[in-house]
Amino acid sequence: MTQIELRGVQKYFGAVQVIKDLNLKIDDNEFIVLLGQSGCGKTTTLRAIAGLETIDGGDVLIDGKPVQHLKAADRDIAMVFQSFSLYPHMSVYENIAFPLRAMRKSKAEIDGEVRSVAKVLQITELLGKKPSALSGGDMQRVAIGRALVRRPKAMLMDEPIGALDAKLREEMRAEIKRLHIKQGSTTIYVTHDQIEAMSLADRIVIMHEGVLQQVGSPSEVYTHPANLFVAQFVGSPVMNVANAAVTMNGSGARVTVDGAAEGFLFPAELVGQLDAANVGQDRLALGIRPEAVMVSREAADGYLPVEAHIIEPLGSYDIVDLKVGAQMLRARTRSGFVGKPGVQVFAKLDPAQAHFFDTTSGNSLGVRL
Amino acid sequence: MAAVTTSTERSLNKLAIVGVLIVTMIFLAPIYWIASTAFKPRNLATTIPPTVLFQPEISPFVKLFTKRSQLRTAPTPEQYAAAPWWERLVFDGGEKVVRSGRGEVQWSGYPNRFMNSLIVAITSTVLAVGMGTFTAYGFSRFKIKGEQDLLFFILSTRMLPPVVVAIPMFLMYRVVGLNDTHWGLIILYTAFNLSFSVWLMKGFMDEIPKEYEEAALVDGYTRMEAFFKIVLPEAATGIAATAVFCFITAWNEYAFALIMTNRRAQTAPPFIPSQVGSGLSDWTVIAAGTFLFLLPVAIFTFLLRNHLLRGMSFGAIRK
Repeated sequence: MTQIELRGVQKYFGAVQVIKDLNLKIDDNEFIVLLGQSGCGKTTTLRAIAGLETIDGGDVLIDGKPVQHLKAADRDIAMVFQSFSLYPHMSVYENIAFPLRAMRKSKAEIDGEVRSVAKVLQITELLGKKPSALSGGDMQRVAIGRALVRRPKAMLMDEPIGALDAKLREEMRAEIKRLHIKQGSTTIYVTHDQIEAMSLADRIVIMHEGVLQQVGSPSEVYTHPANLFVAQFVGSPVMNVANAAVTMNGSGARVTVDGAAEGFLFPAELVGQLDAANVGQDRLALGIRPEAVMVSREAADGYLPVEAHIIEPLGSYDIVDLKVGAQMLRARTRSGFVGKPGVQVFAKLDPAQAHFFDTTSGNSLGVRL
Repeated sequence: MAAVTTSTERSLNKLAIVGVLIVTMIFLAPIYWIASTAFKPRNLATTIPPTVLFQPEISPFVKLFTKRSQLRTAPTPEQYAAAPWWERLVFDGGEKVVRSGRGEVQWSGYPNRFMNSLIVAITSTVLAVGMGTFTAYGFSRFKIKGEQDLLFFILSTRMLPPVVVAIPMFLMYRVVGLNDTHWGLIILYTAFNLSFSVWLMKGFMDEIPKEYEEAALVDGYTRMEAFFKIVLPEAATGIAATAVFCFITAWNEYAFALIMTNRRAQTAPPFIPSQVGSGLSDWTVIAAGTFLFLLPVAIFTFLLRNHLLRGMSFGAIRK
């Protein structure tokens, strides 16, 4: 049973504040992913929890006890580094046994535990080798083994598979997930890769410039981004964002993208919800994911004529840039759906998947249609 | 594409090899000269042209280790027959071994000087490398106020030619009683080598990823334990390379050893040339002393050669 809590954590590097008033509660057995661009403070947060970095304000609590004054060695937390950090002069066996030796365990106990961890990770045949003789994936397995062997209160992982190639990354991602389900320890995982975050996390914590942006399950974060940063950071291809104007037109609302002659049709409730949010038209932005832009080859009710620009064939689907007014809207279509660039097609937006943001604060207006 | 070697390239290669051989011979010639003279009979040591082919003998080494005096009269056949084989070699050279009243062989000054050299060089190397490693680790891993200035200050101690401080050092040592003591020379050589050791080791320390220690810290070790269990083994190459350079400096140092010591703590470098003028100059004995003096550095460097070669490029290249 391990809970980790950050209360009002502040951290400065010289004059630069890298963590700004961070509050976060992590439950027992939870897999939390800290997601953000490089330099957003996610690794510093992880290192502060590990005890490798001091904090300038706030509390780090493990099981309700403040630990910010404890040394890393006394926090009973294991960490896997991006560079693996296997001790080069020790064999795989010695590397995994190293944390147990710090606990002054007997030889027999150490041997038993090293072998059982090696079995779980399927690296038994590597125990006699030196780290330099291992492949990237095996190195990472050994690094995870070294972290697991002590049965720590929590596992911290700092971009553990960032240095591997794409195929191996996918494999290791599945393996980390399998291990977490099997071993079930509280895990905090840092990455800048949103696919990794989406596929592994129970909850994703998105950070930007030291400030926590949103905490939520992968689907929550994807379907209801709290602000423009989250909206554009999570999801690939990136969400379309355009300044828009909303007008009432007969029974429905029309959302006109900057520079477009005509507006997309939306349900009438939109106007009421926007009025409630009290945001001026000049501060309104529409966000729509490529899969929510529906494309038709023939004119149909509610569809607006648009011109197809660039087509990116990605195998299972295409990404088509559609020129709407001064903006480009990226749409996701079946592969080969739009024949060639320059043709006229028709587009409609799915109101249920549309997001509206205040461009000044960047916050979502919470419109749900 | 397969490399095509033209005949001009082949002959240029051959020429280069010949060039390398010539340079190697030029460099090895003095060492050969010393080594061969150490095994020559005295009358062949100074012949012109030099004798290249001769019957090697070890009489120079016997003479090197014993106290001798000139024979006024040749030894009687009984004396000659009673003498051990090595003493006969001395008789053959027209000298005799000095014995105490109880008949014990008197040793020359050389073994003591050689011992002093070993004591001073080894101790000062251990101290300089040890302190240098700790200091370099500190500079490499922690944020220190004025780090660049401090490092420059450490380096600046090498900017003064050491000999210019010889007289003040001599006077200070006399006051504190460090003249002609092992510790006097050890402190001096450690101080010489420390700046070099700090700078060299800092380069090596910077190359060792911080994450290794951080992993050890998280694994439940203190920083000291992490230093000894993780950093030191990783720095072995750097330590070996630094140790070789420090040892060579301390082993070869002449000027301070000459000024600061005269008997008790005198090292081999000032002793060997002092023998040139004592009695008649026996170049074979001096060559024997020099030859033995060359050996420890040669052996030490040979044992650490792999580290040394790696050490030369390690730390110099950013990966």
